[in-house]
Amino acid sequence: MAGVAVSTTINGDNVEYLCQPDETLLDVLRDRLGLTGAKEGCGTGDCGACSIILDDRLVCSCLVLGAEAEGRRVETIEGMAHGDKLHPLQQKFLEHAALQCGICTPGFLIAAKDLLAKNPDPTEEEIRFGLAGNLCRCTGYDKIVRAVQDAASVMKGA
Amino acid sequence: MRYERPHSIEDAVGLLAGSAGTAAILAGGSDLLVRMKGGFIEPDLIVDIKAIGGLSEIRETAEGFSIGAAVPCAVLGESAALKKAWPGVVEAAKLIGSKQVQGRCTIVGNLCNASPAADSVPALVAAGAKASVVGPAGTRTIPVESVPTGPGKTSLAKGEIIEAILLDKRPPGSGDAYLRFIPRTEMDIAVVSAGVNLTLDERGVVKSARVALGAVAPTVLLVEEAAQVLIGTKLDQATLERLAKVCSGSCRPIDDKRGTVEFRRKVAGVLAKRAATTAYARAGGK
Amino acid sequence: MNFDPRYSARNFASVGTRPIRPDGVDKVTGRARYGADFNMAGQLVGRVLRSPHAHATIRKIDTSKAEKLPGVKAVITAADLPDLTDGDAAMYDILDNCMARNKALYDGHAVAAVAAVDARTARQALKLIEVDYEVLPHVTDVDEAMKHTAPVLNDTIFTEGLEEKPVKPSNVTKRTQYGHGDVHEGFGHADFIVERSFKTEQTHQGYIEPHACVANVSSDGTADLWVCTQGHFVYRQHCAQLLGMEASKLRVTSSEIGGGFGGKTHVWAEPVALALSRKAGRPVKLVMTRDEVFRASGPTSATSIDVRIGARKDGTITAAEATLRYSCGPYAGMWAEIGAMTAFACYNLENVKTVGFEVLVNRPKTAAYRAPSAPMAAFAVESAIDELAKEIGMDAVEFRIRNAAQEGTRSSYGPVYGPIGIGPTLEAVKSHPHMKAPLGKNQGRGMACGFWFNFGGQTCTDLNIGMDGSVSLAVGTVDVGGSRASLSLVAAEELGIAYEQVKTVVADTATLGYNDMTDGSRGTFSSSMATISAARNATKILRERAAQMWDISVDDVVWEKGHATAKGEKHGNLGQLSLKEIAGASGKTGGPIAGHSELVADGAGVSFATHICDIEVDPETGSTRVLRYTVVQDAGKAVHPTYVEGQYQGGAAQGIGWALNEEYIYGKDGRLQNPGFLDYRIPVCSDLPMIDTQILEIPNPNHPYGVRGVGETSIVPPLAAIANAVSNAAGVRMTHIPMSPPRILAAIEAERGG
Repeated sequence: MAGVAVSTTINGDNVEYLCQPDETLLDVLRDRLGLTGAKEGCGTGDCGACSIILDDRLVCSCLVLGAEAEGRRVETIEGMAHGDKLHPLQQKFLEHAALQCGICTPGFLIAAKDLLAKNPDPTEEEIRFGLAGNLCRCTGYDKIVRAVQDAASVMKGA
Repeated sequence: MRYERPHSIEDAVGLLAGSAGTAAILAGGSDLLVRMKGGFIEPDLIVDIKAIGGLSEIRETAEGFSIGAAVPCAVLGESAALKKAWPGVVEAAKLIGSKQVQGRCTIVGNLCNASPAADSVPALVAAGAKASVVGPAGTRTIPVESVPTGPGKTSLAKGEIIEAILLDKRPPGSGDAYLRFIPRTEMDIAVVSAGVNLTLDERGVVKSARVALGAVAPTVLLVEEAAQVLIGTKLDQATLERLAKVCSGSCRPIDDKRGTVEFRRKVAGVLAKRAATTAYARAGGK
Repeated sequence: MNFDPRYSARNFASVGTRPIRPDGVDKVTGRARYGADFNMAGQLVGRVLRSPHAHATIRKIDTSKAEKLPGVKAVITAADLPDLTDGDAAMYDILDNCMARNKALYDGHAVAAVAAVDARTARQALKLIEVDYEVLPHVTDVDEAMKHTAPVLNDTIFTEGLEEKPVKPSNVTKRTQYGHGDVHEGFGHADFIVERSFKTEQTHQGYIEPHACVANVSSDGTADLWVCTQGHFVYRQHCAQLLGMEASKLRVTSSEIGGGFGGKTHVWAEPVALALSRKAGRPVKLVMTRDEVFRASGPTSATSIDVRIGARKDGTITAAEATLRYSCGPYAGMWAEIGAMTAFACYNLENVKTVGFEVLVNRPKTAAYRAPSAPMAAFAVESAIDELAKEIGMDAVEFRIRNAAQEGTRSSYGPVYGPIGIGPTLEAVKSHPHMKAPLGKNQGRGMACGFWFNFGGQTCTDLNIGMDGSVSLAVGTVDVGGSRASLSLVAAEELGIAYEQVKTVVADTATLGYNDMTDGSRGTFSSSMATISAARNATKILRERAAQMWDISVDDVVWEKGHATAKGEKHGNLGQLSLKEIAGASGKTGGPIAGHSELVADGAGVSFATHICDIEVDPETGSTRVLRYTVVQDAGKAVHPTYVEGQYQGGAAQGIGWALNEEYIYGKDGRLQNPGFLDYRIPVCSDLPMIDTQILEIPNPNHPYGVRGVGETSIVPPLAAIANAVSNAAGVRMTHIPMSPPRILAAIEAERGG
């Protein structure tokens, strides 16, 4: 199997890598680039733990081939904070204890960021449906929804 | 295994037609990559069609709409004109998977995956949508219902690609709707589904109708008899009950992990009633 | 050292506040390292070959082709994990579950494994392993498995606990019985009797992180294991025993854990990874796929339960009995026994009898799942209690209050209760605004109670005071949901310093003494007790050092608010020494200052909860919607109230999923039909409302701060609370969990049909 050479942008940085044609972008991020913030909970697009933003679209990186990232823009959880300044969503997740085990947290944060980018003032129902592609087994979602609501109001004020 | 990203549909057709082993078309990948992960398919060639000019666009034409094969379902929801003309088709496409999957999956992929439970297909069939097929022998246009021939099987020949789904312009007094039943509120595959497309005359009487049911037979059912029940009525209660009965009666469902025969029969009728009521209201009926 | 664990009332400074957890930033930035996030140089990819058959004799395994595939570095079968269990039946079962020896006992049972240079090669190698199976008849249903005609999984098993030893082997490994009084007589005094049979389907813990580990066995016989687990010390013991190693030679580091809920208290693939590494001579990373997680790890029991309860017209229960049959998978367990113990634990009963049957079936080994066995028993009992209240014509809450256990009640499973929370949770529910909120068409309200024992167990903690006055707390209980924050709070409380001055970490097995698992809701209860003990030991040294610095008697030094203070008139001008000052001088006063604690945390206070929920049912489709949900539970003392709320909400959500949609679905071929998150339907965000919580604090007399475990009880009431709500909404009693739309619709139609 011949490797595919890929040149892409990840969290604003130019990145080049060689991957197998059947290798997912999630595997490339985790195993080749050391970006283990995106998690594999299922590998079939059913849990959202591997969520990333690809050219302004929220996607599951387990459902994207590494080869497809050629010439595109990839945003992962590792690029969400600016230096040591957390994104308001990250801060609110901490304050509200919107995580227990934390394995789903990177995916939720990415999905919530995408949600607020498209809808800065969502209702509770819009948040719930907007985050329905991300499974959390610990929290019952209550504190996650509250953290997103709180972050939205902070971000509107900013 | 080889990954190719051709820039023209001719090149794509050539690659597919010329491949010796298993070839797979990659648009959104939300079915293909899952099947690869599960070891159900190991393609020798993957043809990524997203770099092909025009395939990632929704075009408004004199005849209606042309939705390119690589348009993610999320984009369907962002097209105001399409949403206005075919709200049922758009709501069906927007039900596939999660937001994450929406960012990738396509209605052509949904159609070609040929699952009896595919969400967008009953809505497309009800809408009378057509598929524009390009292949080694040239281009042909076929009704979408002729594409899936059974679970996982299509009528497409080797080397053929559906480049776009075509939807007609809407006459006045038209409306469509799609409903599916799932146990959760999101993230499930339809247990049973119904698409209804109506056009009314100026008095609000149904002039033409198409009713399609999903997940109740090996392929989506276009229920002609159900359409006949609706035509000439204003969707009074008795008509809706007849519709439900006809739809329930036309199902040929199975028992599986997602539902029972009895449940699917019963709920097919319920959803048809509800979808018809919504389509009627969207068409301006009172 | 003498440690007095008894509760004494106090005003808390740190405990009860809600600071940000110490591991938080790493978790919101993607830096926290979970099971699959760790790598070693030269590591191989391990993969497991699993039986596609529910029950089959393994005649022969031919690995020769796989071994010849370039890139394959090791192939193992049961032969590479020889039986070193020395007659320990429980360990033998663990061994057999990790790698099938003579028979594959369920769809997904491991039969061989490979280690290869990459995932693709490993996958190809699995395809080259030839297993010659003789497929045997199988049984997956718990009631079917009890029949005399059922295929027997293990012909060396003869039911224990019967008066006469049976002459034939069977799938029932054990009968157990609990209770007191005379139920026959009790039912004689009843004016009303409700009798019902219930079924619950098998569910999975559904943690989002699949099992993952990296094993590295060196040629010198030592080994390291990085793994997501709820108990690395127990994993060390089990792995060492199965591999024939001394425990101290195996160092186990627990990674961050992406959910466990009981499912990560059992070794599954870890001994396999170690055996692969030993054979290959290289590190091996083994990560389960989601499909493997469902097929081969963790589910809870499927059950079949009969309940009979009688009461007088005045609402006094006169007798209660239950027969509980729990599936164990293919290995003996004590799941029905726990169900039998918990079934009536909420009530003060004169005559009570419960009988449990442990049943073997061709399904994965049953594992603990949050208050294991209690939710199913509570579903059956609390459904019957609701029905009985209706028959008597009493309010469901009042009826329960009338019969609730209290301090001094002899529980149905034996012990006499101390101060407990069942009555207070019921009283709180009675006056909760939720109970008075209006309901619309097709909506119903239900409530139910739940009990869990809580455990304590062996615990070991080190508290080290740095020379700058900051405190390192090393605990051995894995943090599954914020316990590092709670334990930092407890250390800060006891030392009288700021929360920010304490950093709590989970130590590996080489750097701290043995700790039991984080299970039984023991993490915060037992490690906080050990932390208090360690802090008190450190405080004693701090006082000694201060006395030395002042050159006075230690008896004249007290520890107050983070400072040593000299007491007595003669020391009036001595002022105070801060922890930082004492620590800074420690090099000259005797060396580093630390407090250690090794103890068995006895006296975990039992826990009770009462839940309320409102459900809407679509009578045409059987679809349900959870409109409102309230949890009331006793926490003893909520150390970090936000994380206590989180436990209440999380348990409720898991219970809601179990009640409505989650189930293992087996085909006639004995294969699992839904091993993925698509068709094993755990609740998604849009399925749930906000989950209200009310924390009651009835101090546990056996903990210095009154802490009780809080993690598990919240999953006990939901099945019943929702069943009662659905029954009230749809007008038909639901007896089969999950109450999926097809089941609800069928029940409604049956009722309509007469």
